[in-house]
Amino acid sequence: MAKFQRKGKGAAPEISTASLPDIIFILLFFFMVSTVMRETTTKVSQHLPGATEVKKLERKSLVSYIYIGQPKRAFQGMYGTEPRIQLNDAFARVDDIRDYITSEREKRDENERPLMTTSLKVDENTRMGVVTDVKQELRKANALKINYSTRKVETIN
Amino acid sequence: MPRREGGTFNAASMADIAFLLLIFFLVATTMDIDTGLSRKLPPMPDPNAQQDNKQIKERNVFVVLINAQDQLMVEGKPLDIRRLRDEAKEFIANPKNLSNLPEKEPKEVPYFGEYMVPKGIISLQNDRGTSYGMYIKVQNELAAAYNELRDELAMSKFGKRYEQLISEQQDAVKDIYPQIISEAEPKNIGGN
Repeated sequence: MAKFQRKGKGAAPEISTASLPDIIFILLFFFMVSTVMRETTTKVSQHLPGATEVKKLERKSLVSYIYIGQPKRAFQGMYGTEPRIQLNDAFARVDDIRDYITSEREKRDENERPLMTTSLKVDENTRMGVVTDVKQELRKANALKINYSTRKVETIN
Repeated sequence: MPRREGGTFNAASMADIAFLLLIFFLVATTMDIDTGLSRKLPPMPDPNAQQDNKQIKERNVFVVLINAQDQLMVEGKPLDIRRLRDEAKEFIANPKNLSNLPEKEPKEVPYFGEYMVPKGIISLQNDRGTSYGMYIKVQNELAAAYNELRDELAMSKFGKRYEQLISEQQDAVKDIYPQIISEAEPKNIGGN
């Protein structure tokens, strides 16, 4: 039958890849717009507790982070397994928090300073002792707006 | 040098370049939205300020204690965490005007007029050995109690959930149920 003639010798016609870069660029722009740059690598384990009544943390540029948790395995040799505080990229002691808050404040615009928030990213298994010490330091540094970072879950337990 | 005819160049590698950029952004950025419970710490007491001797009546305080074994004690009795929300709601709203639950005080609130506002305060104290997970659970339950009460009030008055109200209405509801959670300095009984 002439209707089902084979075209050529079975070689499929090439797909034009001219639009492939455009597709990839669209993806690229999507990611550039919807994500933020990773600023720090966490050196402490971060299994955040879940909560139902969470609010979104707004104005990310005004948020400074304090990480607390057990050092990750690679750092346990040097820093032990007790929960430690991490500021920026380094382990820190409780006394360093005040300097950290001051330096964070210096980076921001004068009129935005009252809106600054400190986000406490604390591992679930940490004891409250170290968290309390951090909170006391924050009070002394007059950084009173805090946010306990949690995962959003539908129900607890 | 002869100029090339036409303006076409081979765009086949364009996709590869774009892929490289894309992968760089995938690796170097994060997408997670930070969520959490927002709180405000009390300012450090002024050493020169006069001691505030205003006593708060016992019936107006809802005492929540967490010990180093993550056990709860509420108003002098051990309590399961799952019942904390209802107990807290009962305390904050005092719907039956019981004499052992907080007093109410008439207050002028926009939209509501004169409203009997309860004066309850939640006092939360934990041990240094309490786990952070438990602490957040308790904070979450207390926040949930307030949020549910606000939702109920908003529903009965405006027929909408609290979050859907305009900000003036939200403020009015907040005036009636202000979220007051006072945290005492933690004790160190359990040791750590």
